[in-house]
Amino acid sequence: MIKVLHPGFYSTIQDLGRYEGQNFGVPMSGVMDRRAAILANRLVGNTEHAAVLEVTMLGPKLQFDVDVVLVITGGNLQPKLNGKSIQNNKYTRVPKGSILSFGHFITGYRAYLSIKGGFKTAQVLGSYSMYQGVSPKNRIEKGAVLEVFKAMAQDQNAFARLRVDESYISSQVLEVYKGPEFDRLSVTEQALLLEKTYTISKYNNRMAYQVEDVLPNGLESIITSPVLPGTVQLTASGQLIILMRDCQTTGGYPRLLLLSETAIAILSQKPTGGQFVFKLI
Amino acid sequence: MKYQLQYKTYGASALLIEWPSKLQEAILQDVLHFKLKITQAKHPDIIQLTHAYHTLLVVFNPIHFNADVALKWLQHLYEATVILQETVKRLWRIPVCYDSSFGVDLETVSEEKGMSIAELIAKHTAPKYTVYFIGFLPGFLYLGGLDERLALPRRGIPRLKVKPGAVAIGGNQTGVYPSESPGGWHIIGNSPLCYFDASKTPPCFAASGDQIQFYSISLKAHAQVKVLADAGVYQIENEISDD
Repeated sequence: MIKVLHPGFYSTIQDLGRYEGQNFGVPMSGVMDRRAAILANRLVGNTEHAAVLEVTMLGPKLQFDVDVVLVITGGNLQPKLNGKSIQNNKYTRVPKGSILSFGHFITGYRAYLSIKGGFKTAQVLGSYSMYQGVSPKNRIEKGAVLEVFKAMAQDQNAFARLRVDESYISSQVLEVYKGPEFDRLSVTEQALLLEKTYTISKYNNRMAYQVEDVLPNGLESIITSPVLPGTVQLTASGQLIILMRDCQTTGGYPRLLLLSETAIAILSQKPTGGQFVFKLI
Repeated sequence: MKYQLQYKTYGASALLIEWPSKLQEAILQDVLHFKLKITQAKHPDIIQLTHAYHTLLVVFNPIHFNADVALKWLQHLYEATVILQETVKRLWRIPVCYDSSFGVDLETVSEEKGMSIAELIAKHTAPKYTVYFIGFLPGFLYLGGLDERLALPRRGIPRLKVKPGAVAIGGNQTGVYPSESPGGWHIIGNSPLCYFDASKTPPCFAASGDQIQFYSISLKAHAQVKVLADAGVYQIENEISDD
């Protein structure tokens, strides 16, 4: 069992998402940066579907009442075990009684903590991911006790820190597909959309990222239709809204672009003020 | 009847199927019919299937996705005659308390529309609304069939908090907020039922294609129904719909 001494800025348990609820209006949820979460699970010896802790900007403080093995991936939020720095992407044995804490982010914006066995929170509609009104809790709270599945696999050798390609974390290029309404933009509007460098506004969370830049346009709204995480919507007043994992299942704004999986991971690692460009695949 | 469908790719491994851009019950029926065909075909690579008024989104497993193959499979299936186990459509009778303590916008709506509150309630409870799909929030039913005379542009400034169960009108739509959320619709009443319960299978009592009819209840009845609904034991009146 793991005790939450401090929850951090925004920490949630997530897996690869909820596929059983879209027809009831339930968002998919799931880890923002799949690449980092899958890596964390693989390094610790879990399947990629195991639930991990997604930590945002300012990490939590956790106390372990059992021996565990953990791996932290994604952004560098200065993890410390009993006050001593530990590295990301490293198989780390943690003795009972230890305390894991984090500092402020140095690279990236979200880190992933995987525990051998995987976090055991309530499974709702086929997923462990937390989401308000669907799972019993929408984030981890101070004093909460997190349970972990008993690890099935045998202990692996604690291999040396792997050389992991983390260049995506600082990448500013988001690869995108054309969305269903891309062709409704004029040629000039299309060119502008794909040329601009965008700056992330303070309105960014697990549901959507907005940018400070405005794209004047003459598009009309559409009849409400399904949307997917990673969709770039454009409002009549020119705001770009990039839907993320906790987005609604349907939307009424034109869907101009769709981010690739890697692009969603790149954006998830960017804080307010971060910049990026779009690049058509 | 068959429609001219448009197929568009939506990202790396999804196809969006579009019917003519209209809010029409016949289109909904065809969307649901095709959706059921796809479900019953049990394609091993389809990982998600969602619809709205006139669109159907088919998400495939990205590992095996080939857009041309998927497109041909869907086009062929749409034309094919398949014997389906049609789902039973139900008509649900939904209690709503139109007391002004719940219906905080009742008076302004009544003034704006130049009709009495009684008239407004009569017009809101008369139709059998069709459930087009569930979206926006878990358990939020998109209903078609609002009396045109009740249509009203959304509020200029949305409320930050709308209570669970709030019954509201926005544009030419009406609906019930299943949980607390921000909302820009005009609130005319409150329904004490539970619209989404993740512990139940399925989590929503109503399904796309079903019908909803509201009926007016007193404050006291609202409180009584709410106790039962919160305890998960309220039986919602319903019958098999023959429309």
